Amino acid sequence: MKFETPAQTNPIDRLKVVGQAHDRIDGPLKTSGLATYAYEHHREVPNVAYGYVVGSAVGKGRIKSLGLDEARRAPGVVTIVTAQDAGPLGKGDRNTAKLLGGPEVDHYHQAVAVVVAETFEQARAAAALVRVDYERGDGRFDLDELLKTAPLTGGDSQEGSGSSPEHRVGKFEEAFGAAPVKLDQRYTTPDQSHAMMEPHATIAAWQGDELTLWTSNQMIAWNKADMAKTLGIPKEKVRLISPYVGGGFGGKLFLRADALMAALAARAAKRPVKLALQRPLMANNTTHRPATRQRVRIGATKDGTITAIAHESGSGDLENGGPETAVNQTELLYAGANRLTSMRLAVLDLPEGNAMRAPGEAPGMMALEIAIDEMAEQLGMDPIAFRIKNDTQVDPKTPTRKFSERNLIRCMQEGAERFGWDKRRAKPAQVRDGRWLVGMGVAAAFRNHVSRPSGARVRLGRDGVVTVESDMTDIGTGSYTIMAQTAAEMMGLPLDKVVVKLGDSSFPASAGSGGQWGAANATSGVYAACVKLREAVAQRLGFNAADVAFEDGQVRSGNRALPLTQAAQDGELLGEDRIEFGKLGKTFQQSTFGAHFVEVGVDAYTGVTRVRRMLAVCAAGRILNPQTARSQVIGAMTMGVGGALMEELAVDTRFGFFVNHDLAGYEVPVHADIPHQEVIFLDEADATANPLKAKGVGELGLCGVGAAVANAIYNATGVRVRDYPITLEKHLERLPSIA
Amino acid sequence: MKAFTYERAKDPVAAARAAARPGAKFLAGGTNLLDLMKIEIEAPTHLIDVQDLGFDKIEPTPDGGLRIGALVTNTAMAADQRVRRDYPLLTRATVAGASGQLRNKATTAGNLLQRTRCPYFYDPNMPCNKRKPGSGCGALGGYSRQLAVVGSSEACIATHPSDMAVAMRALDAVVETVNPQGRTRAIPIAEFHRLPGDTPHIETTLTAGELITAVTLPKPIGGTQIYEKVRDRASYAFAVVSVAAVIQSDGSGRVAVGGVAHKPWRVDAADAAMSRGAKAAAGELLAGAKPTQDNAFKIPLVERTLAGVMAQARAA
Repeated sequence: MKFETPAQTNPIDRLKVVGQAHDRIDGPLKTSGLATYAYEHHREVPNVAYGYVVGSAVGKGRIKSLGLDEARRAPGVVTIVTAQDAGPLGKGDRNTAKLLGGPEVDHYHQAVAVVVAETFEQARAAAALVRVDYERGDGRFDLDELLKTAPLTGGDSQEGSGSSPEHRVGKFEEAFGAAPVKLDQRYTTPDQSHAMMEPHATIAAWQGDELTLWTSNQMIAWNKADMAKTLGIPKEKVRLISPYVGGGFGGKLFLRADALMAALAARAAKRPVKLALQRPLMANNTTHRPATRQRVRIGATKDGTITAIAHESGSGDLENGGPETAVNQTELLYAGANRLTSMRLAVLDLPEGNAMRAPGEAPGMMALEIAIDEMAEQLGMDPIAFRIKNDTQVDPKTPTRKFSERNLIRCMQEGAERFGWDKRRAKPAQVRDGRWLVGMGVAAAFRNHVSRPSGARVRLGRDGVVTVESDMTDIGTGSYTIMAQTAAEMMGLPLDKVVVKLGDSSFPASAGSGGQWGAANATSGVYAACVKLREAVAQRLGFNAADVAFEDGQVRSGNRALPLTQAAQDGELLGEDRIEFGKLGKTFQQSTFGAHFVEVGVDAYTGVTRVRRMLAVCAAGRILNPQTARSQVIGAMTMGVGGALMEELAVDTRFGFFVNHDLAGYEVPVHADIPHQEVIFLDEADATANPLKAKGVGELGLCGVGAAVANAIYNATGVRVRDYPITLEKHLERLPSIA
Repeated sequence: MKAFTYERAKDPVAAARAAARPGAKFLAGGTNLLDLMKIEIEAPTHLIDVQDLGFDKIEPTPDGGLRIGALVTNTAMAADQRVRRDYPLLTRATVAGASGQLRNKATTAGNLLQRTRCPYFYDPNMPCNKRKPGSGCGALGGYSRQLAVVGSSEACIATHPSDMAVAMRALDAVVETVNPQGRTRAIPIAEFHRLPGDTPHIETTLTAGELITAVTLPKPIGGTQIYEKVRDRASYAFAVVSVAAVIQSDGSGRVAVGGVAHKPWRVDAADAAMSRGAKAAAGELLAGAKPTQDNAFKIPLVERTLAGVMAQARAA
């Protein structure tokens, strides 16, 4: 099905199942431990050996010699694979670093060997006996130093935000120079780790020249292709199975070392091998969100009209990597006749930077939305009023191009009312609650919507049950549930008459999970397949397909009605299709909007910040399941608090690695950090987006949270911190004196 | 993890004798030792499991104090009515540490003996004089935000991570032991942990095989007892700094600090200065401090945290 013109009224609009809050249909499996994650497919794969990955001990260099004898002689060892005996390997299109290093080492903890043994403990013990002699190389590890000479570089996050090296509208420098009110500030965001609960894990099994991988992955089709390319075998010979994923956040978008090392190990061991990346390896072996150094300049007239806005960002990555696209939203979020955005990219020998939840916008909004708050204060305006004054309903570069739906102002106003924004004191450091300095902050939320082709197959069985099959993944987001809701709505069935099977590359390729595109596109694929199935049902039952209604288990046309099950009584019926998109995404700017409100307390003695309450108002098209969508948004808000207050991969520029590479050193919020959270979805439907009229929301919930926290801290203390995370030492000695 | 032999000790002196052999170690709750064994930072060849030795009771002492058995779990100790009533500082510090699950397993003696959380200690690829004597200190000149500001050396800037031990230091606890010859001794907690000097791998004054049997607390000293743990998140995090204070109604008192040194940190002159306020006491506590660029903020932080504690005590 090609989606080329805005959606008209369709069966989804009945909203009997879609748009309703439902528990996750996979919930009971998860709460009872029956959902099989990558490492747990014991039944399908008996006789596994265990792999343990050895990571490089140096950040940059060369392996002089490998001593494997002792390890090979260790109890239970089956085999050891290194680059010396792995055979020729290609590289996937989507990973920057080689997944198996040697003799050249590209980054710390890059895999250099996998040890396979009869038990996990034996593999781990033998891995400690692998002797690697390195020649340490001169690595490039200091981002600030390297950015001084880094070139302008464009790039795409592969997750929906991309920018050219430099993007100009009008004459920024002239307009900024002439502006009566100006802001010129610098902001930094650190490297961050996905730190998902389930580590990267894979079981690999070969049958002849065919490879099956039970793996934890967000994008099945990408990884089938990249695995085949890396191994130099035809795509048809690779099957990926990933029914449940214990969190990904972009860290499992791409082929990683767990899958490749398991495949190589299983080939060498001549039996299935399972392995999971050990937690201390994850920060440096896998990808991370790159640190940024940003500069924002805003010029405005005295009445608060922006006349010039510039956002420049620098980041680093391995050779042939890409920039963190932190300036993309600044091309679209606010009006202003003269604009400049640009990105610089330094070559670093630190581990690979790549997508993490809302790549681009997440760190970009952390800077931009502080700048907006600062500018509003300079102008003597309320920060919400300043944003409303500079709202735009068109792409500022191409004013004929409208936003399909843009309800930023409504999000701000609705949120202000619900949150009690009128009680905020514009002057900072005015509110005390015992030892706590209390403040409120707001930030806009913005994230682009991305349309991607997505396929599905639906079967109507003799038992009247509809089964949906797609390689779509559920990374904890609720994909199973919303795809079931879509099929139920389309076929006129209750939810319990739908079964959903996901995450298998033998099923039709879907949009996958990333860039908050999963929900809207995967359900559109189910919609397309259901249209096909409805046609097959109508034909089987002798209806004219055009005017048939499917409801309450019946198929109706005029006065005639037959049970849906009757269509399959002589054998199951099948519908398969794929949604594809025309030019509506170019004709219109399709984005999602929101407003984040945060209240914090800052301990006047210790400088510690604790969030007191949070509110997000989101306008993101039709919300397919308000319950799972809310879970997505509160999870994102929590991640935003982590980014604002504690998350930072500390770089050691001498050794070239992220030092705090476990969950004791890399802190993410715990329950006690997250008190009251509220989410409001505006009633919206974006007919230009897809037949479901839905857009993404899971990353919108993160974009802007960090700045809302930062702005609340400023409102509490009167001390502006522009370097994340806002740990206590960044404002401690500038806090108001303790009375 | 390296292969090891295992025995379950039935008798304290026999256990101490077994532990005096090279490569042997006691196993109690295992919450730190087993983690370190998995990554081979600890590689004992023999483990002596002491859980059957009966050191799991809390009893009054003849002089009005309390003896806490070495194997009493952190949870049980913190919940004990006598501890809560007479030594609230200890309960507050203990429940500020780790998580409920860990405290259910961790023991009194094991908590004292837990090893530093310095990230360079935990990464076997990095130099660390504590893990591999003579290899150098990776943390000096590296990422040292969490590490020591006082009492450190050129060889080591690690901190002791315990909360419980900081309260015990303020309460003048005494560590009771038995050695392989069956001799018992009482070590004041001030003398139990060592400063790193040029032998940071030697962390306590225990001798080979010496087994902790109990920790005794002197008779209660009253006062307002406050444990203030400053951390980047609200729970399940090591202290950036912590302050354990007992403050009497006349403003006098005592104070120990965590997160700043290789051992729970207490200075006589600081106690003496308590009635003169936080600036005076903190100045004495951190006299001679040598912070790194990353952790210099701990100096004002200790003072400010102590000021908060004093204000809280005044309001109590």
